[in-house]
Amino acid sequence: MMKRFVLAAAAAALMSSSAFAQGAANYPNQPVTIIVPFSAGGPTDTVARLVAESMSRDLGQQVLIQNVGGAGGTLGAGQVAKAEPNGYTLLIHHIGMSTAPTLYRQLEFNPTEDFTPIGQITSVPMTIVSRKDFEPADAASLVAYLKENGADTTYAHAGIGSASHLCGMLLQEAVGVQMVTVPYQGAAPAMTDIVGGQVDVLCDQTTNTTNQIKAGEVKAYAVTTPERLQSLPDLPTTAEAGLPTLEIGVWHGLYGPKGLDPAIVTKLEGALQKALADPKVGERFAELGTKPVTAEEATPASLTEELTSQIALWKPIIEKAGQFAD
Amino acid sequence: MELLSNLALGFETAFTPVNLLWCFVGVLLGTLVGVLPGIGPTATIAMLLPITFTFSPVTALIMLSGIYYGAQYGGSTTAILINLPGESSSAVTAIDGYQMARKGRAGPALATAALGSFFAGSVATLILAVAAPPLARVALNFGAAEYFALLVLGLLVSISLAHGSVLKALAMICLGLVLGTVGQDVTTGTPRFTMGFQELYGGINFVSLAVGMFGVAEIFRNLETERSREIGVSRVTNLWLTKEDFRRIIGPVLRGTGLGSVLGILPGGGHVLASFASYSAEKNLSKNPKEFGHGAIEGVAGPESANNAAAQTSFIPLLTLGIPAHPVMALIVGAFILQGITPGPNVINDQPALFWGIIASMWIGNAMLVILNLPLIGLWVKMLTIPYRVLFPAIVIFASIGCYSINNNPFDVYAIAVFGVLGYVLIRLGCEPAPLLLGFVLGPLLEENLRRAMIISRGDPTVFLTRPISAVLLAMGLACVIVAVLPAMRNKRKEVFVEDD
Repeated sequence: MMKRFVLAAAAAALMSSSAFAQGAANYPNQPVTIIVPFSAGGPTDTVARLVAESMSRDLGQQVLIQNVGGAGGTLGAGQVAKAEPNGYTLLIHHIGMSTAPTLYRQLEFNPTEDFTPIGQITSVPMTIVSRKDFEPADAASLVAYLKENGADTTYAHAGIGSASHLCGMLLQEAVGVQMVTVPYQGAAPAMTDIVGGQVDVLCDQTTNTTNQIKAGEVKAYAVTTPERLQSLPDLPTTAEAGLPTLEIGVWHGLYGPKGLDPAIVTKLEGALQKALADPKVGERFAELGTKPVTAEEATPASLTEELTSQIALWKPIIEKAGQFAD
Repeated sequence: MELLSNLALGFETAFTPVNLLWCFVGVLLGTLVGVLPGIGPTATIAMLLPITFTFSPVTALIMLSGIYYGAQYGGSTTAILINLPGESSSAVTAIDGYQMARKGRAGPALATAALGSFFAGSVATLILAVAAPPLARVALNFGAAEYFALLVLGLLVSISLAHGSVLKALAMICLGLVLGTVGQDVTTGTPRFTMGFQELYGGINFVSLAVGMFGVAEIFRNLETERSREIGVSRVTNLWLTKEDFRRIIGPVLRGTGLGSVLGILPGGGHVLASFASYSAEKNLSKNPKEFGHGAIEGVAGPESANNAAAQTSFIPLLTLGIPAHPVMALIVGAFILQGITPGPNVINDQPALFWGIIASMWIGNAMLVILNLPLIGLWVKMLTIPYRVLFPAIVIFASIGCYSINNNPFDVYAIAVFGVLGYVLIRLGCEPAPLLLGFVLGPLLEENLRRAMIISRGDPTVFLTRPISAVLLAMGLACVIVAVLPAMRNKRKEVFVEDD
């Protein structure tokens, strides 16, 4: 019995290793496709394209971006979960990977089981802004104002499950007040109505807000990261403003389908780390108000840890808010 | 005088050989993808984004903008020749353009589209140059309540899209509104009518619907009468406009340009209304509205001009405020960001060469487009002499490829087949697809803005009447209804008199 098992295992190992060896040793010998589960031109797409361009050079093969938008990123992610684990179909997804299992009660994949994590990429900070004639002058008075008039304040967000929606949940939780939430289809129309003074408050990624803040089109209160931003040095952090629980970054990760060969993972990990060390990528990330993660964070272990801890973090918050996407 | 020196800077930038070359490549590509049904500017710009990495920012943006407005020129070609619109604006062109083609007047229809587009594009670019920042400010006064009122007005005046029974047109608008509700509800995230298909969370794909309802349904209809089909389209009498044609298109082109320029500035979806609104205006102003739907040249000239003017002025919110008005503009924002420029209110001052270079390139690009497109008319019209049994499979294949390329989703291709059959059934029932498409495009916007306005006003419906712009728009809608109903009532009274006698 034992013998048969060992034999079978050996045979299986031999077969799979030879099959993998062929795949892994020459990998990549054709263009690699990274699926971005959002539409082209958005912040996640921009991050992905910058990284892909740099990874192409290290891998010696074109790394293509394919946008598969829809259903808050779950369509594209689901496609990668079902893809052949040969290293030619990968996924770049953001914080939505960790909120999807709670937001979507009928999710067709499991973020922790159906993927091979490769590494973290960046975490884009968020900023709390308002229409420019909104009463509170700074973060402290904003908190006081919301405690007093929160129920009459409108909060814009880019749709259920979007980063701005998540940040809004945290803000309401931190201040302890329920605002009037106004959903939009995407960040751009939400920002339009903030600039136009139609709604009061918005918390969105620096990618979308930095220029409007610098131009004085919106009023900025705080940044949601532990440290101040280089691009907006005068903007206090949420902790400085007395909201230590309001900490959120739109973190991005690179994944493959479940069962990716470890040799391929190592190769991709190396290419990712090189791309993140590329000064050109760093420069562009800085313009977006963010920076690449360290080499230690651009690893499978670090991404796995971030993913599991974030799933645990968001589950109770979303459930308490009672806002689901299906 | 500052404007002149700015424009001088712009033309200096745009007239460098590199920028001229890529401007040409952009408008050429744009025309080509516009002609191929389904493959729209969105997919093309997304595919070409990586190539522009190595360009200087101004060159990259000149080319990408060229693709966008070039596609507006090309989009009308298939709508006119084979009743296959690739986007909502050309669906309007298809109504009368295709009828003109069936009467052997494809040449004049195409020429009208090209000339109208050129005129509108040039004028709208001038508006962009002269008044972009103040106009963008005005557009920001449009909140949810104003958009809702504008859309109601649009729907009310657009009932004239139909040239048959008004009742059937209303039914088609309603069916379109219902189809528009498919997908995830923006406010609560609840999926509606998705029947378990995750692919439907984002709603029904517009291109699938348009290609199916117009193009594929038309193919079914043609095949049914294959033997007796009046191959009117291959009997082309003339390629160019007559003096009479020129006289007839001047008014519609001017009005279309005005309407399109105004609507294009509104970032919340005004551009969608442009060609519908222009068509309705022309039909209502026309001395013989009965001709509309049977090949009225005004029905091509107005909407095509409006559409192109709106395409040009929809750059205003992007260039002056950094706010993209629609998905293609969002992609161009992506291109800005990849080039290390975050579009916003500062671009005009920080990057004058970029801002004015793009504007100058739009004039150059529009001129290139008209020079490129006019000689092509003869070639396109020749396409109609291809035997139908060869042409129709090609149409279906190109439409499917185009549709697939939008989201890389096979579901969208299956949807073409479903809507093709539905479209055929509706044709047999004497219902027209254009009002359905209008309902489908405007319905979600109408609902979204109604609900948003109500959320912001905390459920107070008087907000639509207390906000001045909204109240004026709704009053105009009411006036339209009264004007439309009054003559009918007067006629009835006369009839009563006649009977009494």
